[in-house]
Amino acid sequence: MIRTEDIIKSFGETEVLKGISITFETGKTNLIIGSSGAGKTVLLKLLVGLFKPTAGKVWYDDIDFCNIGKKQAREIRMDVGMLFQGNALFDSMSVEENIAFPLDMFTNKTKAEKLARVNYCLERVNLDGQNSKFPSEISGGMQKRVGIARAIVLEPKYLFCDEPNSGLDPKTSMVIDELIQDITYENNITTVINTHDMNSVMEIGDNIALLHFGKLAWQGNKSEVLTSENDTLKGFIFASPFLQKLRQTAIENPK
Amino acid sequence: MGLNIFYHFGRYLLLLKSAFAKPEKFSMYWKETIRQMYDIGVGSLIIVFIISIFIGAVSAVQYSYQLSDSFIPKYYIGYIVRDSTIIELAPTITCLVLAGKVGSNIAAEIGGMRQKEHIDAMEIMGVNTAGYLIMPKIIAAITMIPVLVCIAAFVSISGGYMAVVIPKLLTGEEFIYGLHSFYVPYNVFMMFVKAFVFAFILTTVSCYQGYYVKGGSVELGVASTQAVVYSDILILLADYFIAMILTF
Ligand SMILES: Nc1ncnc2c1ncn2[C@@H]1O[C@H](COP(=O)(O)OP(=O)(O)OP(=O)(O)O)[C@@H](O)[C@H]1O
Ligand SMILES: [Mg+2]
Repeated sequence: MIRTEDIIKSFGETEVLKGISITFETGKTNLIIGSSGAGKTVLLKLLVGLFKPTAGKVWYDDIDFCNIGKKQAREIRMDVGMLFQGNALFDSMSVEENIAFPLDMFTNKTKAEKLARVNYCLERVNLDGQNSKFPSEISGGMQKRVGIARAIVLEPKYLFCDEPNSGLDPKTSMVIDELIQDITYENNITTVINTHDMNSVMEIGDNIALLHFGKLAWQGNKSEVLTSENDTLKGFIFASPFLQKLRQTAIENPK
Repeated sequence: MGLNIFYHFGRYLLLLKSAFAKPEKFSMYWKETIRQMYDIGVGSLIIVFIISIFIGAVSAVQYSYQLSDSFIPKYYIGYIVRDSTIIELAPTITCLVLAGKVGSNIAAEIGGMRQKEHIDAMEIMGVNTAGYLIMPKIIAAITMIPVLVCIAAFVSISGGYMAVVIPKLLTGEEFIYGLHSFYVPYNVFMMFVKAFVFAFILTTVSCYQGYYVKGGSVELGVASTQAVVYSDILILLADYFIAMILTF
């Protein structure tokens, strides 16, 4: 479980996050949604310690993550997998080397064992056989999936994904969502996903937090989204006429 | 501005401290060190060769010009070329040039990794990025650059030989005789001290510039330039102090 406690984050004069308290539960896919610039990426980077909060705390179970030594932070990070919004693949390494990098650095597996693990991860993101390609030689969506493969290669306990399905076609996007959800349930990990993909919200939103101008505007799960009367949520999710219609149907025909 | 220097120096020292932490995995650091040794060592051979052959040649020709019409014996040219090369020209000029080649390369490489979030990605995995990205470069540089300087000294003296013996400004025997005269092994020691210190300066300064780069391609260019400029200034300063201390 990860918990933030009144997180405030300012860059110079601008306050980006204005006091956020959220609990991200273990074994669930926790979604952070919100419009562009709402502060999702900043919040995710705070969770993993790439930014220090201006005020407030981040708890990993009962460890105060912002007030521990570098060494202890590194130990926690061994259990963390992260997909960056810009992928952050090492561009002078092949796909295989990228995914194998955490294995090379932190395990004593043999070459064959590492290759087997890499191939397993590639298979899970539907990229089998792409081992020797370089990041510049594959499409944006494929890069994203390589990023996910790299994030899960060490079987993390905490998985952070910054927009895992932006730039993917609806079908691949669903496959990725399902993959993340499967991994979360199989290994009982704490997963936090930034997204503004409505499909993801409806499919895998075990626990959804809506950020609006740096504040927590709404919290709930996917079944509550459709019928919620929260204005910010309605304004954000049901912006298009099509989705408004969907919402209307859901309210008129409760299951 | 004044306080800025202390800020940067403090942050530089802290970066070095984390760079020399215990490696997560020795074999990964070793692999990276070998790669860097190859890049720095083999990658710089040609430029070092070209520069030093000309430096030797030019200094030999000019000494011979200065000594013509004087009562100083001609074989002194060999002696002067040898010592000026070993004590000053080979280590200093080679390292100034390498600051331009290796230093800017290091700053651009690490800076690019910072901007593309590669460093963040590694940090998230639990890698000590200061260690993994910097320590191998320092070790590679402080082993390979003294070797390069040694080669530079040899090539430079050969350049001097060719430049004065071929046009018959003096005979080959005279030049060789000069090379053997007044030989002080301590000077070679001084050359290695300089090479070692300069190598350390140029890699660490360049790593520092790259590691803390912000912004985009303009800032990356600035960092790369600053890596060279600050390395050069610090190398010359260090040159002065080493000369003061070791010849005292
Ligand atoms: N390093 C930084 N320095 C200064 N301001 C920043 C920094 N990073 C983010 N911000 C600001 O924080 C705000 C939130 O940015 P953030 O990247 O978290 O948005 P986001 O919700 O992830 O948006 P998107 O969906 O477009 O990715 C933005 O206004 C941005 O300008
Ligand atoms: Mg973002």
